[in-house]
Amino acid sequence: MSKKNYKLEAKDLNAYYGSFHALKNINIAMEEKAVTAFIGPSGCGKSTFLRTLNRMNDYIEGFRVEGDILLDGRDIYAKDVRVDELRKEVGMVFQKPNPFPKTIFENVVYGLKIQGLKDKRVLAETAEKSLRQTALWDEVKDKLDKSALALSGGQQQRLCIARALAISPSVILMDEPTSALDPISTAKIEELIFKLKNDYTIVIVTHNMQQAGRVSDYTAFFYMGELVEFAKTRTMFTSPKHERTQNYITGRFG
Amino acid sequence: MTNAEKNRLKDKAFQVFGVFCTFIGLVILAIFLIDILIEGLARIDWDFITSLPSRRASRAGILTAWAGTLWILVLTSVIAFPLGIAAGVYLEEYSKKTRLANFLEVNIANLAGVPSIIYGLLGMEMFGRVMGLGGSILAGALTLSLLVLPIIIVTTREAIKAVPRSIRDASYALGASKWQTTWNQVLPASFGGILTGVILALSRAVGEAAPLIVIGALAYVPFVPTSPTDEFTVLPIQIFNWTSRPQADFLVNAAAAIIILLLITFILNGIAVYLRNKWQKRVKW
Repeated sequence: MSKKNYKLEAKDLNAYYGSFHALKNINIAMEEKAVTAFIGPSGCGKSTFLRTLNRMNDYIEGFRVEGDILLDGRDIYAKDVRVDELRKEVGMVFQKPNPFPKTIFENVVYGLKIQGLKDKRVLAETAEKSLRQTALWDEVKDKLDKSALALSGGQQQRLCIARALAISPSVILMDEPTSALDPISTAKIEELIFKLKNDYTIVIVTHNMQQAGRVSDYTAFFYMGELVEFAKTRTMFTSPKHERTQNYITGRFG
Repeated sequence: MTNAEKNRLKDKAFQVFGVFCTFIGLVILAIFLIDILIEGLARIDWDFITSLPSRRASRAGILTAWAGTLWILVLTSVIAFPLGIAAGVYLEEYSKKTRLANFLEVNIANLAGVPSIIYGLLGMEMFGRVMGLGGSILAGALTLSLLVLPIIIVTTREAIKAVPRSIRDASYALGASKWQTTWNQVLPASFGGILTGVILALSRAVGEAAPLIVIGALAYVPFVPTSPTDEFTVLPIQIFNWTSRPQADFLVNAAAAIIILLLITFILNGIAVYLRNKWQKRVKW
């Protein structure tokens, strides 16, 4: 494993909310163009860790990190890293679909527009490409100028994914992306994740054990701010090394 | 009487009391309106609105007064709107929760409670004397801006606070800066609320007489102001002046002017309500 090129790595990562030690000595290396799932009970630090990967925690007062997070070998918490540049590289999809109260089109091209892109043709092309990638194009192509809030929850979430893809990141972080969706919409998103991993490195936080089993190549189990176990998903689900992992994935606590 | 009967009686009693409390304000307003309308409505005609003030009640009009009110309204909004919104945005989105921020916050709330005549004294000294604006429209507008700033700041903050965290997250996650997020997402989403607050603040400013009297707005201005440095009067001052005259005819004039002033404030409040409803329908999460 040591020769591999890792997309994302955390080295001796510690994170604190004020005096609360939220992440303890995390060491993990995530492979490029693979799906890594973070699982663990509520409050275990998995979402906190996900949000350190694109520095979304920067806005939380009292939050600080120690240690390194490397994206393509470069420390993203280094002084010369600009957060907006980082987030072009590392996109994010949230727990609850959060489209802007704007048109579908405006939602998809928002990321490009704030970069200063004005060319209408490029914007339109990117919008179509991103919406096709998320299998949303056929459903919305006739109502691009309608409010995104009129879409169903599942469609909204796929729109949020399309919006993230439009600025062509290489990593997509997903924070429980299906927890607010019905089973059919969930299936569509999972299908999408499967397709997207050909081109993107995906990190997904999930509460749903079956989902982790279905979509991920690697799984990391967090407990009380520690990374308990990290392995190939199949290995972890068939023969976990730690008893706690075993108990969690068999549903004995959580 | 059984306990159940007592409870039912209490329940009934409170209902009656509640209806009384609810209607007391309305009834008083209605009495006031009817009284004013009976007295003043007949006096309102085109001449009354387009005539300059005069020593004779029958020839006096409110042209200069409502022109002054309009000037004040426009200038005050031009001054207070950007200042108040920018301050509100800063306090809500940018400032860290430091002791200084707390201090600012408490004092802005305090400012909202300062009597308007105190603002008048401040305005007279600062704008009238130090800046040399005298009793001009600009001095009046600046003074009233100070008066309504706290209201605008507080409502701006409330409106911004109501924008869900998730919208900001979405914007930040796409690489937007704080300013881009504020400008493209937070402000549009909260604009209805902000505008409502601004208009309500303005409708308060329109009704103020005391601070303007202090800075030296005149009751008798025989010309329509044409620039911000002109002297001026406003409707409340005109009304105040007319009611203090002994002749009964001037009281009729005052009643008529009150109707016009009420019309202006009702229109402003109407716009505020309309905007609030329109935006609430458009922005849903």
